[in-house]
Order: sequence, then C-alpha cells, then structure tokens
Amino acid sequence: MSLWQKDKAFLFVLSVCASLAGVISIFIFFFLAKESVPAMAGIGLSQFVMDETWFASENQYNVLPLLWGSVLVSVGAVAFATPLGILSGLFCHFYAPSAIAGFYRSMVHLLAGIPSVIFGFWGLVSLVPLVARIHPPGPSLLAGVIVLGIMILPTIMVILDDAIANLSRLYLNSTVALGVSKWGALKGLILPNLRKQVGVSILLGLARSIGETMAILMVCGNVVRFPTSVFNPIRTLTANIALEMPFAMNVHRSALFFTGLIMMVLVAILMSTAQTRTSRQA
Amino acid sequence: MDITRNSLHLPKDAPPVTIPCCIKTTNLSLFYGKKAAFRDISLNLDRNSVTVIMGPSGCGKSSFLSALNRLSDFIPCCEVEGSIHLDGESLLEGSIDRTVLHKRVGMIFQKPNPFPMSIRKNITFPLREHGITSKRELEARLVQVLVDVGLWDEVKDRLDTSALTLSGGQQQRLCIARALALEPEILLMDEPCSALDPISSGKVEELILKLQARYTLVVVTHNLSQARRIATHAALFWVKDDCGCLVECGPADQVFGSPREELTAAYVKGMKG
Amino acid sequence: MMVSRQVLTRTSRIRASRARLQNRIAAAVIWGGAIFVAALFAWLMADILWHGWREISLAYFTQEPESAGRLGGISSILVSTGLILIVCLVSALPIGLGTAIFLAEYTGPEDTVSRKIRLSLNVLAGTPSIVFGLFGNAFFCKMLGMGFSILSGGLTLACMVLPYFIRIAEESIRSVPQSYRMGAVALGLSKSTQIMRLILPVAVPGILGAIILSVGRSLSETAALIFTSGYVDRMPESLYDSGRSLSVHIYDLSMNVAGGDQRAYSAALVLIVSLILINFITGLIGRAWSRRMISIS
Repeated sequence: MSLWQKDKAFLFVLSVCASLAGVISIFIFFFLAKESVPAMAGIGLSQFVMDETWFASENQYNVLPLLWGSVLVSVGAVAFATPLGILSGLFCHFYAPSAIAGFYRSMVHLLAGIPSVIFGFWGLVSLVPLVARIHPPGPSLLAGVIVLGIMILPTIMVILDDAIANLSRLYLNSTVALGVSKWGALKGLILPNLRKQVGVSILLGLARSIGETMAILMVCGNVVRFPTSVFNPIRTLTANIALEMPFAMNVHRSALFFTGLIMMVLVAILMSTAQTRTSRQA
Repeated sequence: MDITRNSLHLPKDAPPVTIPCCIKTTNLSLFYGKKAAFRDISLNLDRNSVTVIMGPSGCGKSSFLSALNRLSDFIPCCEVEGSIHLDGESLLEGSIDRTVLHKRVGMIFQKPNPFPMSIRKNITFPLREHGITSKRELEARLVQVLVDVGLWDEVKDRLDTSALTLSGGQQQRLCIARALALEPEILLMDEPCSALDPISSGKVEELILKLQARYTLVVVTHNLSQARRIATHAALFWVKDDCGCLVECGPADQVFGSPREELTAAYVKGMKG
Repeated sequence: MMVSRQVLTRTSRIRASRARLQNRIAAAVIWGGAIFVAALFAWLMADILWHGWREISLAYFTQEPESAGRLGGISSILVSTGLILIVCLVSALPIGLGTAIFLAEYTGPEDTVSRKIRLSLNVLAGTPSIVFGLFGNAFFCKMLGMGFSILSGGLTLACMVLPYFIRIAEESIRSVPQSYRMGAVALGLSKSTQIMRLILPVAVPGILGAIILSVGRSLSETAALIFTSGYVDRMPESLYDSGRSLSVHIYDLSMNVAGGDQRAYSAALVLIVSLILINFITGLIGRAWSRRMISIS
C-alpha cells in the first residue's frame, strides 16, 4: 500500500533527524577528547597540576590557577545572585502590587535575553572604572562576580518564582487565616520549603557561570594567578581558551582542547545533579 | 485509479450484497493495562440497522466502539482480546490496512472535532488523501454530503471560512459529512449528541434515521428516549464486578417492549441507570 | 491572678511589636533588593541607549566599517550576521523539526529511546559556548576544510541552538489537542499526512517561538563564533568567506581597538534593539496565526 510506504519513509527521515541530533553531544565529546590526546601524551597529565603556572610559550601548563579562577568567579556570582533571586521572588509574590510585579518580571525576562558580550562591554566601560576608583587596577574578580551575577540572576529567579508560586498556593491562605504576620509566614513556611529549589537554582547558576566566556573575558583582567583579594585580576578556563586559541599551535592547541574537555565534563556533572534533584522532587 | 473509484462507489451504485450480519464480535474484551473495560462481548451488528448501545457510564460502551475500528490501538497500554469480523474478515488477526479499515468504518466523536481549516477543506482534504484528485469529483462529493447532512443551505455561501466558526451542532454535522464523504459502510457514533443543544441534537437524530437506509450505524447514547426514537436494534451494557458486560441485545421492539432480563426492564422504564 | 495576667499581656505586646519591627525590616530589605536589581538594569540599558544612539544614522547601516570599525558603518557586519543566521537556521530547522516530531509523535516521554535522546540534548544544551567554538574550529574549519567561514560559524551555531529549538518545538507539537489526531485516524489519514497537514499547522505559533529563540541565541552568541566564522569585517562574497557577526564586532571594538568604545556602544544598541524587536514581532505573528486558524483559512 502506498500510504504505508509513505508513512515508513516519513518515519525513516524523522529517525535519521533524531539520531543525528542525539549523537551531536557524544560526537563533540569524542572530538574534544581526540584533539586533546596530543596534550595528554606529550605533556602528561601530571604536568597539568604540577607545573608552576600556565604559560604556554614556556611549556608551562598548570590548569589549577585557571580552574581556581573559574570556580571563584562562579561561586562569587552565585553568592551575589542567589539572595537577590530569593528577594526578587518574594518581592513579586508578596510585596509588589501586581502591575509592578508584572513589570519586574518582564524586566528580568529582558535581562535574560541580553547577550553576554553586551554585559561584558557594559562591565568594561561602566563597572570596571568604578571598581578601579575603589581599588585599582579595576578589571578584577569583583567586576567579574558582579557582571556574572547579574547575568545568572534571571536563571535563578525564574526557578524560584515558580517554586514560590506553588508554595503560596499550598500554604499561604491557611497561614494568613491563622493570623500569622506576612514575614512570619514567609520565614516559617515559604523559605524553609524553598531550600531544595534554591539548591537546584544554585547548581544551574554554577553550570551557567562556569561556561560563561565573553563577559568574564572582558572584565576580569585575565592575569594567570591565584588571587589574594577580590580586586586582583584573574583568568578563567573559558577566557584562557578565547585568548589563546587564535595563536595556539600543536601541543598548546591540544592543551586548550583538554581544558575544554574538563569544562564540558564539569558542566555536565553540575547539570545532571541539578536534573536528578528536580526529578526526585517530582 | 478506476478500481478505487469503483469500489468507493459500490454502496451507492450497486444494490448492497445482503449479508445479514456485517460486524460480528465474539468474546471481545478490552483492557487498559491490567484493568478490563469490558469482557466477553459477543454482538452481531446487522447491515442497514441502527444499533443503539445503552448503559450507565463506565460500562465500556465507548471502549467497545473504539475497538470496532481499532482506534483502541492508539490508546497507550490498551489491549483487545477475542475476535471481530467485518464481513467475514478478521480485524484482529494478521496485518490489516488501517487506512482502508478506517475508510470503511467511520467514527463520530462525542465532541465535534472539525479540523482547523475551511469547511470545504475539512471534507476534501481526507478525500484527496484517499486518492480522489479530480476537482469535479471532489466538488460533487462535497455538495452531496453537505446536502445529506442538511448543512448545505446553512454553509453554501461560506464554504471557505474556517470550520471552527460553525456552531456546535453544525460542527458535528460537518464531522458526519466528513465521514460520509469517504463512503463508509459502517458509521460508529460515540454519544454524538451529548455535547449539543436540544435543537441541534434533534437535527442529528433526524440525520441518523435518514442515514439508516444506506449505512450501518452503531450509536452509543446515555439518552433513553433518544435511543427509543432512533434504534432498530438495541444493546444494554452494564457494570458487573467493576467491568463492562453485555446484558441483553436484540431488535429494538423486543428490547424496549418485552425485555428478557429484569435489569433491562428496569432500565428501559427509567428505573435504573 | 491579676498580676500574672498583666505580665502575659505585656510579653505578648512586646512580642507583637517585635514581630511588627521584623515585618518592616523584611519589607525594607525585599523592596531594597528589588530596587537594586531594577537600578542595575536601568543603569545598563540607559548607559547603552545614551551612548549608543548618537552615532546611529542611516549611513551607519549602509557603510562598511573603516579603520577597524572606528569609522564608517556596519553594513558588511549586518550582512555577515544575516548569512550566519541563515546557515544556522537552514541546517538546524529541518533536523530540529524532524527530531521534535519524532519525540512528540512517535515516542512517549518515558520511552528509553526518547529518554536517551533527551539526555543527550540536555548535555548539549549545557555545553559552554566556548566549547562549541573549539569543536567548530576543529571539525568544521579544520577537518571538513571549511576554514574560518560563515559556513563554519553557522553550522557551529546550529549545533548550539538545536537542543533549545527541539525542546520548544516538541512541547508545542505535544500540546496539539488529541481530538485532531483521533479525528484524523478515524478518517483513515496516514500518519505523515496527519502530522504535516494537521498537527504542524496547529503548532505553528509554538514552532515560530522556537525559531525566534534560536535566532535570539544565535544573534547573542560570540564565543562560539570567534574561531569559526572569524573576525574579517569586509563584505563577504560567499559563504566560504570569513564574516564578522555583530556580537563579535562589539567584542573586537571594545577589547582590541583603541578608541572603539563609541562605535561598540552603537553596535550594542543595534543588537539589543533588534533582539527586542524580534521578540515583539513574533508575538504579533503568533497571535495573528492563532486568529487565522479560528476565522478565515
């Protein structure tokens, strides 16, 4: 029957599409791994943690300062954004008149759509000079934390906004009926029950900030070192790739792929932890 | 091409071959996962009859209907056991061509479901899919079925407006017209009037009586008085042990006039169900 | 008796006033936080708007950049951006739509196949954009020999937006009412006709949303493009030419070109405004389409 055949051909095309889409991530992973083989073989894994620093022209490939930079700026950004995210969620549900809450939400929505290069640019021309006035040089861990924090705020707030909406539907009417004050209800019922979602949003925020490149590259100063203060410039794994890829050759290039591989694995772990947490709740 | 056209025309042009029984189910059961919706139903549906299936909700009437044209295959975890024969051909054994089956056995749903396209396309689009491409043929069928369901005068000036602008009753008659356009032998109707107002519902009832001359109809309904008005044959389903079963079936006169079972007697008097 | 009662009322009064104080502090902190966020946002937008609009004129859009972008306009950059976008959509759309239909119509949400595909797509969605840049550079530019080109950049972006596109398209296909599917099956329509003629047209607003999200992501992307489509700011002559996207232009002007800030502001403003416009227009199209499905067709 021709209709049968038509359906079969249709399904065949669809499955080809689906398998293609399904293998891209595996393909990327193996490709990165393949490209980083020369580095692992030529440099050896031990050098990636034993070398004095990361300085490619002298064959120094210690990733730890870069990794430390990535971790510091990400943790800092999450620490900056999470409280603001919680406050924003509570604000929209319990404090703002509905018109203002709607306006605030669309503002956050807009914030989520702003490209990272624009955040970076704004940070570079507006924020960095401000930081420099407090404590030179300006491009620093602090600037990175603030810019990145604003960038991940929408991610965090959207999750918490939904969670608070659910909780308030469940509990709020009954507690108000019991004569508990607004803050009492929030402190006693909403915030404690929010803990899990806060955890999930922190993980997703971390995953997002570890992978962020442009904004960090533009405001953090990109000096390879272990910072001793928030005003020190730092360099992250991502910024390092962006900076050195254009001229990297051979082993150096391969080493950059290796750091890319580290990052992909790191982010995948964070994302899957967040996901198992969300699914466990449901 | 010619062959399909001929076979499509068969019910109208040639006098129907009189096979007294056109659908026959034997010990038919249907399960949703482990739970049975109905069990061991053996029923014969005669050609050119209107068989009304009555019974309380949850007795498996609609599930029975969906098994008859194997729409049940599209419900997840749904299993059918027993046998169904359509003019002597088994529907449950071997591979059957679903598109042909669905063309021969049409289905009307409880809630009218016209497609979100123009009134004209609602009828011509399935026809094209079944290989009818001549403009004249399509137009002829379009007019024919719309006249048949009594919708022609109401919509002839706006055939190209969306079907979703029609009223509920009109939508349901359009859905019937859409099914008739494929020239089915059997039309299954799952509570076709329950979502309609009384006037539209009356129109659909009239239509069912009119269609009886040319088609075999199976109508599920909750409405006892409606069942009396339209039925030539009737079957009563009931819930026993949390599972649907057949209580009684036969010609309408007998089922409504002198039922064999007490349950049926109580039901048709309106005392039960 | 009297004494103890008085004490009770006094402690409860103290407690009540403390609660009232806490209430006020909490309200102040929460309003303060919200105002802080809004102020940051306003600062960012106002900064770019204020500095950006000055250099914008018709000539800015029609002239090619001169002296590394310090002078002239952005015409070649707009063309490159458009071409990269077209390559990205042309390659991502068919694959994405096919996958979305496959997941929504042929598999349940809990099937093994669809779970595996979805897991893989989630990993893809989480992959940092710089990693896509590395991959695109090694695979499209080097291995397939496309070099630094609009083609490499567009294909790299396609890999990147695919998971987002699929997720939204799948949701919108799933949300098409089941009654249409049953109606179509009952009329003996083939599955492919059902999907192509009935389900996809109904899902158009959602699919449109998915496309727009992909466009937005592509326009915003910088890191994945730097070493795939490259920096060259000349007018591209073919898809094999290197082309600089608007976002890369902003990056380059602000980081690598002394005195490029002013023009970077203008480019940033163009980028933001086009992102907002695209969002707005899709909303309109989506609404118009839904209306069309109901009235005239």
